[in-house]
Amino acid sequence: MNARLSEKFRLWRFPGGIHPEQNKSSSTETPIEAGRIPPRLILPLHQHIGEPAEPLFTVGERVLKGQAVARANGYVSAPVHAPTSGTVIAIGDYPVPHPSGMSAPCMVIEPDGEDRWVDHDSVADYRNLDPAALRNIIREAGIVGLGGAGFPTFIKLNPGHNKAIDTLILNGAECEPYITCDDMLMRERAAEVVSGLAIAAHALQARESVIGIEDNKPQALHAMREAARSYPNMRVVEIPTLYPSGDSKLLAKILTGKEVPSNKLSLHVGLTCINVGTTYAVHRAIHHGEPLMSRIVTVTGGAVGAPRNLDALIGTPMDELLAQCATRMDRIERLVMGGSMMGFAMHRADLPLIKTTNCIIAAAAAEVPRPQPVMPCIRCGACSDACPMSLMPQQLYWFAKSKELEKAQKYDLFDCIECGACSYVCPSNIPLVQYFRYAKGDIWTQESEKEKAGIARRRFDARQARVEREKAEKEAKRQQKKAALDMANARERGEAQAQSAMQRAEARRDAAMQEAGKRWGAQPPTAPESSAPDKTASAEPDKNEPAQKND
Amino acid sequence: MLSAVLILSGLAVLFGAILGYAAIRFKVEGDPMIEKIDAILPQTQCGQCGFPGCRPYATAIAGGNADINRCPPGGEATIIALANLLDREIKPLDPENGEIKPKMVALIDEQRCIGCTLCIQACPVDAIIGAAKQMHTVIAEECTGCDLCRPPCPADCIAMVPVKQDIRTWKWPSPDMPKKIDPPKKAAVNAL
Amino acid sequence: MRLANLIQLDMPLNTATSPHAKAPITVSTVMLQVALALIPGLIAYVWFFGWGVVINIFIAVVTALIAEGVMLRIRRQPVGMYLADLSAVVTALLLALALPPTLPWEITVTGTLFAIVIAKQLYGGLGYNPFNPAMVGYVVLLISFPREMTVWVPVVSMSEYPLNFLEYASMIFTGKLPAGISIDAITEATPLDSLRIHLGLGSSVADIRATFGIDEETSRLLSVVPIFGMFGGKGWEWVNAGFLIGGLWLIYKRIISWHIPVAVLGALMAISLVFYLFEPARYASPMFHLFSGAAMLGAFFIATDPVTAAASPSGRLLYGAGIGILLYVIRTWGGYPDAVAFAVLMMNMVVPLIDDHFKPRVFGH
Repeated sequence: MNARLSEKFRLWRFPGGIHPEQNKSSSTETPIEAGRIPPRLILPLHQHIGEPAEPLFTVGERVLKGQAVARANGYVSAPVHAPTSGTVIAIGDYPVPHPSGMSAPCMVIEPDGEDRWVDHDSVADYRNLDPAALRNIIREAGIVGLGGAGFPTFIKLNPGHNKAIDTLILNGAECEPYITCDDMLMRERAAEVVSGLAIAAHALQARESVIGIEDNKPQALHAMREAARSYPNMRVVEIPTLYPSGDSKLLAKILTGKEVPSNKLSLHVGLTCINVGTTYAVHRAIHHGEPLMSRIVTVTGGAVGAPRNLDALIGTPMDELLAQCATRMDRIERLVMGGSMMGFAMHRADLPLIKTTNCIIAAAAAEVPRPQPVMPCIRCGACSDACPMSLMPQQLYWFAKSKELEKAQKYDLFDCIECGACSYVCPSNIPLVQYFRYAKGDIWTQESEKEKAGIARRRFDARQARVEREKAEKEAKRQQKKAALDMANARERGEAQAQSAMQRAEARRDAAMQEAGKRWGAQPPTAPESSAPDKTASAEPDKNEPAQKND
Repeated sequence: MLSAVLILSGLAVLFGAILGYAAIRFKVEGDPMIEKIDAILPQTQCGQCGFPGCRPYATAIAGGNADINRCPPGGEATIIALANLLDREIKPLDPENGEIKPKMVALIDEQRCIGCTLCIQACPVDAIIGAAKQMHTVIAEECTGCDLCRPPCPADCIAMVPVKQDIRTWKWPSPDMPKKIDPPKKAAVNAL
Repeated sequence: MRLANLIQLDMPLNTATSPHAKAPITVSTVMLQVALALIPGLIAYVWFFGWGVVINIFIAVVTALIAEGVMLRIRRQPVGMYLADLSAVVTALLLALALPPTLPWEITVTGTLFAIVIAKQLYGGLGYNPFNPAMVGYVVLLISFPREMTVWVPVVSMSEYPLNFLEYASMIFTGKLPAGISIDAITEATPLDSLRIHLGLGSSVADIRATFGIDEETSRLLSVVPIFGMFGGKGWEWVNAGFLIGGLWLIYKRIISWHIPVAVLGALMAISLVFYLFEPARYASPMFHLFSGAAMLGAFFIATDPVTAAASPSGRLLYGAGIGILLYVIRTWGGYPDAVAFAVLMMNMVVPLIDDHFKPRVFGH
């Protein structure tokens, strides 16, 4: 055997972690099966982190397989592609897989059954491409993190200015119970996964690539080692099975010993971590010109008759997938998207498969923990022993429960990765991680409200100032008017006096002149002009503003 | 006996001196209290507290002329924050000032608006656009939901509607919230 | 239109928040395992000191359950749920194991009532008590009934008249001794107490060893009750060994973390070793301290009570070390022969302070 295969690499470990029951074997017994094309595909426009995509088609228009049906809106966004050819039959709000159970904008496509492709081209040799051009192709292919986060991949593959990426980590840990889509992908399509990794490494200009796979996946490890053999600067590392090793920060720690600083991206320590499903999609995009329009999803759980992995079209209603795997719908106690530790329960079964759906668990009653009464915290510390981030969930719990949010932040609430290990081990059945999700949301709400309050305060102050100014101006105007009027009055009065004096004088003069005229026969002088109205009082321009200022 | 008296007196003098020094050494400059209180208030400017705006209310609280439980839009969170800041006891909202309601936003029925500008004059944060004889509309993002525009409207065309929650503003609920009872699931799945 | 059945307004599925898996561990299972871990020590206890402790345990457990139930009812809490958590049972067990085997029943009842009603329920019940309830009950009894609380029985093999189960029951419930037997015949100070008394009288450890014998033969010849056993206090060494085994099992099962026991015993060993090396004539050996009195019971079962202990690993080390040092200080220079209860309660008081200052380093900080 190749010496590299038996080479031992130093591994680091993170504190805590748990060993929940894996429930992975049943869905790995059969190979990946193609998902059937459903009668209609529901494509949510927001399947990724960032801004929702904007539809490019209207109802009634025909679309071809692989055609972008919605374009990215802004930098952090991703386009959506038609998974098959057909007709757009609706655009509007439909229920989507989300813990809220709410609806969101979707485009509904009715397949025509022809599965006709749009024109598409592969890249001849990606190594000749500029990394930026490569990233652009990945962006246009709508590829986002398929491990569950849904962060646009082209951004992850951008090292940014003056930042060198040491290590590109390929996440094949798949630590969560039930999920086997990455395992099966690596077993069956290792060459493509590794090829995608090489492309990603080129886009990122990474020095080396490390593939981390948990030791509960010997077949995947073997396949990946074989596939990675021909690539330089690429190694496959077997890591111990421990939940949550698949968290990107923790996997980075295990493989490199580097800790991503709190509140920072892994980029800051020269690392980037992407999922095996994502590199597979990158491979399809570069070497086949195919955008992301299908993914491998594990359909499993006690209610599923034939658990397996399906290579299904994005937008396929999950009940179609469940039906393909012979699911007894009446036996579903809880329908979970994702793994049993971090996945969320869905409100209904007809929600579409989205880019981040790695697993659908149709759990039967026996698999779901029976609801147990919540006991008081006995401070046993099992939660902090299990916490991979070395948080103290028992303390955070008090702060979250009593809404002492500042204290919760002081105890590093935002370093919680929501892995759920604390809730899993709690003997008092306290839904710890749920308290932390809630507290985070509450803090975000408060912060945005504070921001809004700040804006309101500024607007209020601006308005107050304007009202004051207007009042002052009005007052000033009034004063001036009054003054002007007074002056006018005074002048008038003065003029009147002068006039009367003059008149008197004139009268006297007239009388005198008449007398003189009588004597000398001269003409009487013209009467003095009356004073024109004084304009200076309103000389200042009127500053009256429109009622609404649009600031 | 005498020595005990002397020692205790000595200690008293010493600690008094230390406290006195600390009071001078660590004195906080200025009175940022009004600013701090104002920062906690929601800036709705609704006047439900009986003061013409948030800052006057903050000034009144700082001056000891108003209690901390008079702000309905701020609700419980504001009362708790004020109590913590001022080291006062947390108390329920004074019902005389109104009741805690979900966040609202004003909505003008544009068909019925006669363009009188009265609401524009009433709005404390300039969140209504329009001109005389022209239709008015509310800038929803800037509206604080204070309800001050509604009473002056002669056409009665302004309604206060709860702020709509969508999937992007949704937040996880507290586990302490009473959960609505889930309906039997069998019927649900069979209906699919 | 075909869209009509796209939106199905059916009722939603049952939803709950993640994780959708739960370790099979509850407060009851934790408490049950703590109780089970006491068994080896209890067997040694019965072997060396007779059946009195079993009767005490019975009295304490029954009293604790009744008191807990009544208090829960008064406080309008779910009675069945909290009784089933077994925390009251563990409190009763720990208290009873610390009491003299001949203690009159009403004193045991008083101590248990104090522990459950005042130290636990009046503070808010499970999870809310700042002080270890069993130790509060113990200290109240020690201060209120100093004479009854400090008499012990000699090891069975060295006793003039070892009591059987019925004789113990009669003594505990009625105060009646078997005919013709005086109280002196059946009671004896504990090794820690004897050692303290004789050291106080000016004897050296070697003198005491010589006077009291180091094996049962010599002790019999000298007609004294031995203080020293093979490595710890006579008889007590095996009781402590039993609790050590149970405690190690708890660590293995991850019911308790190693930090507190290691810190308690490590600190006790370190400080006793320093003084032992300094003046072996005046100070007992570290082994004697580790295997006498309630050292192991305290280190593995009492100090580790999660509710009243420090939370973080570093905090637990400090908390445990504090207990170990206080234990030695009170045993050696204090007014009481053993001091687990005082040491634990004193450290309980500083737990909020420790928790505030000793936090683990959070990932990425």
